[in-house]
Amino acid sequence: MAKTLMKGNEALSEAAIRAGLKAFYGYPITPQNEVPAYMAEHLPLRGGVYLQAESEVSAINMVYGAAGAGVRVMTSSSSPGISLKQEGISYIAAAQLPCVIVNVVRNGPGLGGIQPAQGDYFQAVKGGGHGDYHMIVLAPGNVQEMADLTTLGFDLADKWRNPVMILGDGILGQMMEPVEFAENQEPVNVEKPWATTGAVDREPNIVNSLDIIPEKAEKNMQALLAKYEKIKEEEVRWQEDGTEDADVILVGYGTSARVARSAMELARKEGLKVGLFRPITLWPFPEQRLRELAKPGRKFLAVEMSAGQMIEDVRLAVNGVSPVYLSNRLGGMVPTPEDVLTKTRDIVQGRVN
Amino acid sequence: MADIIIAGFGGQGVLVLGQMITYSGMIEDKAVSWFPSYGPEQRGGTCNCSVVIADEEIGSPLVTVPTAAIVMNAPSFDRFEPKVGKGGLLIYNSSLINKKSERDDIRAIAVPANEIADELGSARVANMVLLGTFIEATNLIKPESVEKALRAVLSERHHNLIPLNMQALERGRAYQ
Amino acid sequence: MKTVFQKPEAMTDVPMHYCPGCTHGIIHRLVAEAIDSLGIREQTIGVASVGCSVFAYDYFNCDMQQAAHGRAPAVATGIKRVRPEAMVFTYQGDGDLASIGMAEIVHAAARGENITVVFVNNAIYGMTSGQMAPTSLLGQKTATSPRGRTVEEMGYPIKMCELLATLDGPAYLSRVSTHDSRHVLQAGKAIKKAFEMQQQKKGFAMVEVLSTCSVNWGMTPANALKWMAENMVPYYPLGVYRDVTAKEGN
Ligand SMILES: Cc1ncc(C[n+]2csc(CCOP(=O)(O)OP(=O)(O)O)c2C)c(N)n1
Repeated sequence: MAKTLMKGNEALSEAAIRAGLKAFYGYPITPQNEVPAYMAEHLPLRGGVYLQAESEVSAINMVYGAAGAGVRVMTSSSSPGISLKQEGISYIAAAQLPCVIVNVVRNGPGLGGIQPAQGDYFQAVKGGGHGDYHMIVLAPGNVQEMADLTTLGFDLADKWRNPVMILGDGILGQMMEPVEFAENQEPVNVEKPWATTGAVDREPNIVNSLDIIPEKAEKNMQALLAKYEKIKEEEVRWQEDGTEDADVILVGYGTSARVARSAMELARKEGLKVGLFRPITLWPFPEQRLRELAKPGRKFLAVEMSAGQMIEDVRLAVNGVSPVYLSNRLGGMVPTPEDVLTKTRDIVQGRVN
Repeated sequence: MADIIIAGFGGQGVLVLGQMITYSGMIEDKAVSWFPSYGPEQRGGTCNCSVVIADEEIGSPLVTVPTAAIVMNAPSFDRFEPKVGKGGLLIYNSSLINKKSERDDIRAIAVPANEIADELGSARVANMVLLGTFIEATNLIKPESVEKALRAVLSERHHNLIPLNMQALERGRAYQ
Repeated sequence: MKTVFQKPEAMTDVPMHYCPGCTHGIIHRLVAEAIDSLGIREQTIGVASVGCSVFAYDYFNCDMQQAAHGRAPAVATGIKRVRPEAMVFTYQGDGDLASIGMAEIVHAAARGENITVVFVNNAIYGMTSGQMAPTSLLGQKTATSPRGRTVEEMGYPIKMCELLATLDGPAYLSRVSTHDSRHVLQAGKAIKKAFEMQQQKKGFAMVEVLSTCSVNWGMTPANALKWMAENMVPYYPLGVYRDVTAKEGN
């Protein structure tokens, strides 16, 4: 198919429908409103169900039901709505149900504003709801990836029976870029023998997260954690550019990574040796690779639209071998390449400690 | 390579103008991005969009120091005229902006876009007049690409409007 | 000179952000006039919800709290229980009250919580740019019902006054409209009455005010008023659905 110009929100919606989406449950919130609008327009005409739930609490529980019934299902929202979904996400993770959850992050906490931000990083990668669980968290960096990582998200969700979050932001959702979809893409048909499809010629299937006997619950938790370990081994994704000889490596995901890329180009023009490291999976985080890159004399600069969240994972990864600094903006303000460049210069010239 | 801001009030075709540049750039196989201001400020108030055209992968899609700005009303002139980078280009709609740029480090072109659009019989093509001035001044995209973009963006039943839009584009190219 | 038009004391000077033709401004004014005429501004604590009226805390010249989407009745309950002498009101849209906040409003009503609820029903989500609301009419086209609301897909619009009237808790339930000046006057009286109920400790009082959203309905303000009169008023009949003081005969 030829390239078309689409908003990130629309591109991910189209990708989801092409991936065989059978149901979308949502609730209006800016800046993700193009997703439910696209779904309402197209999904019912292409073999799926669109329903506006009465709240995000309901929407995520509708997702639980549809995922348990064995179909590809998705919901999307933005920060305050994602907070409401946390209970449902915990249940979905515990019941090991595959689904895709999109968060087009806006500035918070509280009602906050509607401008782009990355303040939901901890919520997305460290839990968010109650209990020991993880989502797989994918961080697109452009409109094409909004589509491609959504496709991948459905595959990973089915492969691991785990919820997958697409962590975008207001810019990635609202911006338009060229996007291309694969010709005649056939959705992968994954067998889901565990799903509640009606107990015809088989024992009943049960979708459940209740685990009331401690001895059993602990075993089940160990199995869940073993699954997470395997995901860590197999699914880590990242991108790097100019890291080999870099004195300073900029680390950022999503929109921040794009700003960091611009800053890197400016820095190189000045003759500074600067590289870029962009995590694509935020959980599992590419900690192994960052550990390899860390060495005495080399410095890291985390670029964020949050108060210093991802930087903690960078620090854990480099484990004291290299110093890690922060360049960030808050409140829906987007860092400029000049902001990041200034900080990079300061680091190179030893003006920060 | 260009970092462009287009600004005006809602209803002037600001976002569409940005999309036309973006679409035309895509047709010419350049890397392109378009990002609108969004939120309650859109309603009745001012709106703007950032357009980036580049040969390689685009970094920040948010333009802070424009190499070119197209402004369609006075508040946008006040806001973006000072932000244009040294050696940059400012195209402004002199039908609605009763000012002149005092800067000597940028190139400023005044275009009576609304008057020209009215002469052509449709107030709605004022944005296309400014686009004409822009493509002539920057050589960034070809007029043929704009025509192709119009074909792709407008639904079939509006294709009869393409000649009018191209006329507006031609008129704008004359202002340099 | 006689002053014929004055800003109510219970309103601030902050210019409102509402779109041209929106009736939120009129309804704010009615609430403020009710507060002034009862002389309760200093006791009043308002709760703004999430929707176009989210900035109501800037417009009412009394203590205000801003609640999460749909939770205003719960926040108001929290306030009223610890400050029973305060006059507590919520100001909520239809998405806020009848969708995400349905549980909160039903339970506040069932508890007979002694608060005043101003419920602005404009049959659409205004703030988020025009999605279907629980009160959108059948056939109504919105951003999320692009082919019009159908019973098969989205079910029926919710009539909140009728629904809450099935409960024993409410003391006063009334539906009014803003489509012409006569109805605006009636709306003002109903809102005042809803505050009086709270003063007299009668319990839960809600006024549902039919309202326009010309921008998201895609109409001129004048046509929006006409559409409201012709389409919303027949589906949402105006009138008093509960008035415990009427039973008592005063
Ligand atoms: C948990 C949560 N979900 C969604 C939103 C986004 N949101 C803001 S206003 C609004 C709808 C308000 O509609 P309504 O109550 O009908 O009021 P109106 O804007 O029409 O006055 C929504 C869904 C939010 N702020 N918080």
